[in-house]
Amino acid sequence: MWDMEAARAALPVVLSGFGVTLLATVLGFAVAVVAGLAVALVQRSAPRWIALPVRGLAAFVRSTPVMVQLFAVWILVPGLNALTIGVLVLGLHYATYLSEVYRAGIDAVPKGQWEACAALSLPRRRVWRAVILPQAVRNVLPSLGNYAVSLFKETPFLSVITVNEMVHEANSFGSTHFAYLESFTLAAVVFLLASWPTSLLVRRLEARLAH
Amino acid sequence: MPTEPTAPAAPDAPGPVPDKVRFDGVTKRFGDHTVLDGLDLAVAPGERVTLIGPSGSGKTTILRLLMTLERVTGGVIHVDGEPFSHMPSGPSGRGGRGGRGGPGGPGGKLVPADERHLARRRRHIGMVFQQFNLFPHMSVLANLTEAPVHVLGLGKEEAAERARELLALADKADAHPTRLSGGQQQRVAIARALAMRPDVLLLDEVTSALDPELVAEVLDVLRDVAATTDLTMLCVTHEMGFARDISDRVLMFDGGRVLESGPPGALLDDPGHERTRSFLRSLH
Repeated sequence: MWDMEAARAALPVVLSGFGVTLLATVLGFAVAVVAGLAVALVQRSAPRWIALPVRGLAAFVRSTPVMVQLFAVWILVPGLNALTIGVLVLGLHYATYLSEVYRAGIDAVPKGQWEACAALSLPRRRVWRAVILPQAVRNVLPSLGNYAVSLFKETPFLSVITVNEMVHEANSFGSTHFAYLESFTLAAVVFLLASWPTSLLVRRLEARLAH
Repeated sequence: MPTEPTAPAAPDAPGPVPDKVRFDGVTKRFGDHTVLDGLDLAVAPGERVTLIGPSGSGKTTILRLLMTLERVTGGVIHVDGEPFSHMPSGPSGRGGRGGRGGPGGPGGKLVPADERHLARRRRHIGMVFQQFNLFPHMSVLANLTEAPVHVLGLGKEEAAERARELLALADKADAHPTRLSGGQQQRVAIARALAMRPDVLLLDEVTSALDPELVAEVLDVLRDVAATTDLTMLCVTHEMGFARDISDRVLMFDGGRVLESGPPGALLDDPGHERTRSFLRSLH
């Protein structure tokens, strides 16, 4: 049965976990955005002896469960703290998805844009930075938003390596106070309150970019 | 006109003033499909040449080869008497100049040009495309200043000044290209190419994507460019009136070869080949 007292006691604990969840999301997604772009660019224009191993590695990371990766790195790399491992593993896992998103965005930039760059003799770096990437990222901004929400919802996996994010806190509160219903319900509501408006925002962005 | 043996050769140059552009036996194949078949073509400095012919006859490919958007399958393209599609091989190859053989001479062996060589040599060539290819995420002004600032090293103000001289769209400078009419967009694209001060301007069916009522404003701009500059121009067009106005020479293409060529009056009014006659009739 729902115990209001327990819920009131659980709320600050759950919210303090939410801070960690948010931190892991923001940092993890930052890793994913940067590393994903790097993977996309390497696969596109690096020499084969770099591009091929990177592609293989990305395929490997993409097709194994993130929970397994978390455990593996946690056990194999002892020096790092759990949150750092969580951010890196989750970030790199999502980087492999985002690299495909970027690839699609880059492919969607019309060939004429590349040709205009060649006709103006723009140097390669400038072509990417000023012409191709701004258009490619604009093409995929809604997808990036959706992946950010999705990464946010996968942060509870970090509890398995003892990161004290929201679900971890809810779980420990539940076990010490026998109030799982209250603590997990609160955690679920907080997730909902955070991700639903974000999804709406992403959808609005999508509509605006569609002209 | 192009082969006129004018002015005595400069002492260091064997023969007459080098052609601005010369195609020596240039072949271009896409898979099994031969688009250009051993094309020889010379264009003199400042000459205006219009390429006409049915679609698929290789006209656009000539422009795209010169803009380095395609690579030759065989033969060599020279610009200003120096190899353009190719470069001298060997350790001294990077400089490209100062070889003993003289410009275009039988100096070192030529190998297909690498990206660096092409990037350096194509700076003096500009191109205007059928689909404009403006940068949609940049303002009109930024479209015009991007390359002058980042390729030529002009200051932002200087580049903006140059842009304003080239384009009478003052109130549209901050607008994005998609807000402009097709004719205005193409005028921006022409100005963007001219802002790089090229010696050679390539015009690839620049009015084909425009609504009929917008064609005139673009052609007027180009007539003005032809009248007030000494640019070498290669133009692919189906606008025969325009071809007549600006061309020194018209080339009729068919099946990757030049079927006939001559001054616009002669070729357009009194073509020598039945193929040319039927092509010109088909445009009306």
